[in-house]
Amino acid sequence: MSNCNTAFIYTEAFKDYKFSDDHPFNQIRVSATKDLLEYEKALPASNIIFPKQASESLISGIHTKNYIEAVKRADQSDTPISEYYKYGLGTEDTPIFRGMYEASATLVGGTIEAVNQVLNHHYPHALNLGGGLHHGFPEKASGFCIFNDAAIAIKYIRENYNLRVLYVDTDAHHGDGVQASFYDDPNVCTVSFHETGRYLYPGTGNTNERGVKKGFGYTFNFPLDAFTEDESFLSIFKTSMDEIMDYFRPDIIISQHGVDAHYLDPLTHLHATMNIFEEIPKHIHALSHQYCEGKWIALGGGGYDIWRVVPRAWSQLYKIMQDSTPFTGNLSSEWQKKWQSHANVVLPTTWEDDLAHYKKIPRTVEITEKNQRMVEQTLQFIRNLSI
Amino acid sequence: MFVKDMMKTEVITLQAEAKISEAYQLLQENHIRHIPIIDNNKQVIGIISDRDVRDASPSILDEVYNEEALSFPVSSIMTTPVTTIHPYDYVEEIAAIFYDREFACLPVVKNNILVGIITEKDMLYTLIQLTGTHVPSSQIEIKVPDRIGVLADVSAFFKRRKIKVASVLIYPYLEDSNYKILVFRIQTMNPMNIMDDFKDSEFEIVSPSLENPHE
Ligand SMILES: [Zn+2]
Ligand SMILES: [Zn+2]
Repeated sequence: MSNCNTAFIYTEAFKDYKFSDDHPFNQIRVSATKDLLEYEKALPASNIIFPKQASESLISGIHTKNYIEAVKRADQSDTPISEYYKYGLGTEDTPIFRGMYEASATLVGGTIEAVNQVLNHHYPHALNLGGGLHHGFPEKASGFCIFNDAAIAIKYIRENYNLRVLYVDTDAHHGDGVQASFYDDPNVCTVSFHETGRYLYPGTGNTNERGVKKGFGYTFNFPLDAFTEDESFLSIFKTSMDEIMDYFRPDIIISQHGVDAHYLDPLTHLHATMNIFEEIPKHIHALSHQYCEGKWIALGGGGYDIWRVVPRAWSQLYKIMQDSTPFTGNLSSEWQKKWQSHANVVLPTTWEDDLAHYKKIPRTVEITEKNQRMVEQTLQFIRNLSI
Repeated sequence: MFVKDMMKTEVITLQAEAKISEAYQLLQENHIRHIPIIDNNKQVIGIISDRDVRDASPSILDEVYNEEALSFPVSSIMTTPVTTIHPYDYVEEIAAIFYDREFACLPVVKNNILVGIITEKDMLYTLIQLTGTHVPSSQIEIKVPDRIGVLADVSAFFKRRKIKVASVLIYPYLEDSNYKILVFRIQTMNPMNIMDDFKDSEFEIVSPSLENPHE
């Protein structure tokens, strides 16, 4: 895997996607990540690509006219806020903010730029940490997501390049919006690894959700038990991805890298460490070269411990896209010095977790066993084909 | 919820003199497991299941059909009389019927005329709706004292945070009958604030927990 040059899509305007100061979704994490990579001298300036705002016609590949209009005028008109509830706007999760259409369209533009960088052969891989807003629905904002950049980009690839797309999502929440957009499409295979919807938002992503009509057999869901740890997560992830790639044989991979499965994340109950955020990209990286001539677009996603978890995990993602070798040892002390004053927690000093707040899970054996049964249900479909 | 809101209104039926072979074909083609048998006035006089049809033709397992048996009228194998329900019966009542007797399907009858049909599967789908998992939502379980007004008191927390409730269920708290467990599905991805609000209250969030899976 030589020549793994990776485009890093970035603009300061990503930060404009901001609901409020105390909202858990905060794109300052992307700036902090870029800065960390730069202090570590791992991000060549020439690899940073500035995205444009996505056009309305691209956005309408997935979203309805009415919804796009509502997003556009929500921050301006005198229309009562209750008119926007049906679009999921103006709620606690997705409050209306000034410039939200432009900010949302810029995140989409970032993901489209990542696709263009790869499909125009400028770079084999591209990363847009501003994207990965997988809960967006055609006519509704949901779970902090207004426009679904991943779905829009997949649609764009399907319409302009006719490639078979594999979408893989390792955010702790089910990738419901992307799944729904291609539920009947046999040329887009969506794969989601997430905490079971028993307690966690959005509640979907069961093993029996497999697609409909021609798309049946092209949706895979791996709902992991609450408090799943690294070992079970990774063994399931690797085995399943190997089997699904061999079955679907895509031309290109789009991956969503929400990092809210970490044990410090305040919104979820998965119990993973930094280790999985090294192993997941490594594995996808290898598969992209094995099956797709390296064509791989990676996106950000959830991640709500924005100081201790996200900058490290996403820096590792870029590093692994570049050369398959994660950082180890101490974090740049200059980076810590610069960002500590922004943070409300003590910044980490090493790339590995110190495990100070890691709670021992008393039921690891049962959880592992339940997860194993779940995997067998999901993969049964592929395994039966090869009998 | 009323039966009329969960039943299927397009019902595939046969008359008593139809052949078993016709029933077999209808079951196969429509992927159904039951056919009500009606008379000229749309009154239900019997019902047959895929099982009745299978039993009528012993060689069906070999996929070689016993032609003679299959040419008998469906009236020869139908179950009669039939337990029926009314469109204004409740989901709880049919759940009890499904549980007590071994039916998996009930014709819905109004003024003696067949107006719909409901299967165990339709009922389970309705129960899924009642648990609220069909809309994007998070689940929290709260242990509360079993007293008048407690549901209103807890609901006020959600109202204050402008969070919609998708469903609510009330379970007994097995260890102590002075308490109940309220299970809410709420339409937010961020239950952190509401969990904090409850920390300072007399209500206790009991899930999900490291120790006790509640699954
Ligand atoms: Zn590579
Ligand atoms: Zn998430």
